[in-house]
Amino acid sequence: MTKLRTEVGALTLEKPGMVASGIMDETGPSMERMLRNGAGAVVSKSVGTEPKEGHSNPCFTEVEGGLVNAMGLPNPGIDAFAEEMENATRCGKIVGSIYGAGPDEFSALAGRMEDYGACAVELNLSCPHAKGYGMEVGTDPAMVKAIVGAVKSAVSIPVWAKLTPNTHILADIGRAVQDAGGDAVVAINTLKAMVISPEFARPVLSNRFGGLSGSAVKPVGVRAVYDLRTVLDIPIVGVGGIRCWRDAAEYIMAGACAFQVGSAVLTEGVDVFEKINRGLERFMDDYGYRSIKEMEGAAHE
Amino acid sequence: MNDSVVVIERIIDEAYDTKTFVFEWDAEARPGQFVMVWVPGVDEIPMSLSGIGDRSKSITVKAIGEATKALHQLKIGDRLRIRGPYGNGFDLSAPGEKLIIGGGVGTAAVMPAIVATGADSIIAARSDKDVIMDDLAGRFSRNLRIATDDGSRGFHGNAVQLMKEMAAEKHYDCVLACGPEVMLYFTYKACQELGIKCQLSLERYMKCGAGVCGCCVMDDMRVCKDGPVFDQDQIAKLSEFGSAKRDACGRLVKFRRRRRGRLSPLPPRGLWPPTGRRPRSPLSRARTSPCSTSRWSSPLRPRSPQGTRL
Repeated sequence: MTKLRTEVGALTLEKPGMVASGIMDETGPSMERMLRNGAGAVVSKSVGTEPKEGHSNPCFTEVEGGLVNAMGLPNPGIDAFAEEMENATRCGKIVGSIYGAGPDEFSALAGRMEDYGACAVELNLSCPHAKGYGMEVGTDPAMVKAIVGAVKSAVSIPVWAKLTPNTHILADIGRAVQDAGGDAVVAINTLKAMVISPEFARPVLSNRFGGLSGSAVKPVGVRAVYDLRTVLDIPIVGVGGIRCWRDAAEYIMAGACAFQVGSAVLTEGVDVFEKINRGLERFMDDYGYRSIKEMEGAAHE
Repeated sequence: MNDSVVVIERIIDEAYDTKTFVFEWDAEARPGQFVMVWVPGVDEIPMSLSGIGDRSKSITVKAIGEATKALHQLKIGDRLRIRGPYGNGFDLSAPGEKLIIGGGVGTAAVMPAIVATGADSIIAARSDKDVIMDDLAGRFSRNLRIATDDGSRGFHGNAVQLMKEMAAEKHYDCVLACGPEVMLYFTYKACQELGIKCQLSLERYMKCGAGVCGCCVMDDMRVCKDGPVFDQDQIAKLSEFGSAKRDACGRLVKFRRRRRGRLSPLPPRGLWPPTGRRPRSPLSRARTSPCSTSRWSSPLRPRSPQGTRL
């Protein structure tokens, strides 16, 4: 399947679809399982400096067209994560997702992920439901620039920044990543959302609000990638509501060189990547695209 | 969307600490599936469906933590928000003689399978006062046996000892079981020795319940989505079965040391758990693990689909 090979900057992926952070990627064996099922790479659970339990239950509920979660960045901490990365990195490419409160934390975590064998780091600048982290640091272009700059000088592997759609200055944040030497942007993370139970007259999630993912957010994500493509020169990884090859093709034509799949692992099953890969290849044959590169940004012309 | 608000129609006192809540819910469910039950302001917990009628479903709750104690306060006419059903459930399609085993409140999870098949069954508990749902099981099972650890009722001994005794008298093709993991571990070992297939309903701390977050994984299998029922071939590959679980942070917590890849042998009759350190089960040693500051030790400690402690 060389047709599906793609490059995210210096990183070559044999298949363009990756497992998005937060899905089946908290443990080494589950990351290995996703690699066996046709994922080009797995982005790890976002890991911080200390173990974190996340928000208490309920932290997840299903809605029309998607899921709303407020996991609250549960993770075993960067020290314990060494064990999970050890075997997984032998099976394929693992992108280490990390979250921190500022440049120093991010740099230290990125260095550890590089030590563990991550092929790239993805900076979580976009989680909508963790106080002091994620989009709270990722919606300030100056902070984003400082974090990306610090991480860039701390590691030699590619540095990706995952962006939030919960802002009106997405282009400015994208530019901040690029100006600081970031290797790629990943768009989008979940949309800040809430579900209320009328019978109980209260929000369902213990954290009250969470993030919406799944099919419902796909048009938002496609628009975000399209907008970013018009202002950025660095590669874009598209993510948000992809569940079939058509969705993936939309993101690629909006300007993404690769994509990530999260919620569809629930709705479509763990073999979702194999289905997307097959469908995408057939589409490319039928419509005469010889490479992902040729499709990339096709909707802009 | 798969969440529903249901009204409690009937409450059955199963034991001094266990109640069954019956509600009208027309969702399609298979034996061995579970629902996530919301206790507003407290928690959301996985609970096995203990009854799966076309219109009427039930959960059976043992009051052991904050959420289950809050559930026990509910009255007829109160509302519950549930989502699901989740999980694979038992496969009852295979031909052959089945033996169904419920241990403690795990009995709730196998009850729909007993009702559906009428198979020979064992209900095991610490003591006579802990035996639940034996009336219902007795109406459907062709041969229901009770086992109590202290011998206060029925067979004096644990479920696995009784199972071996029954298997010596009659040929069984498959054992279906749910209960404490130490019971399931020795059930699995006994099935291996006797050459009987098995389907075991396992339990791990759950958050999403739907196969997304990965927090309930054992090796690479999600207990909520790939399970909670696993057959002997799947269980053979689960290195964490009977030995380790993930805490709320995703850290692996060992609760039982395997000696040269094996656990200690079966205890003498009537002595359960096998270490003889009663009443704390070997599983509860996790409380003294490095994770003792985690959610595992809090009153909010999550429970299994069966409502038993992890």
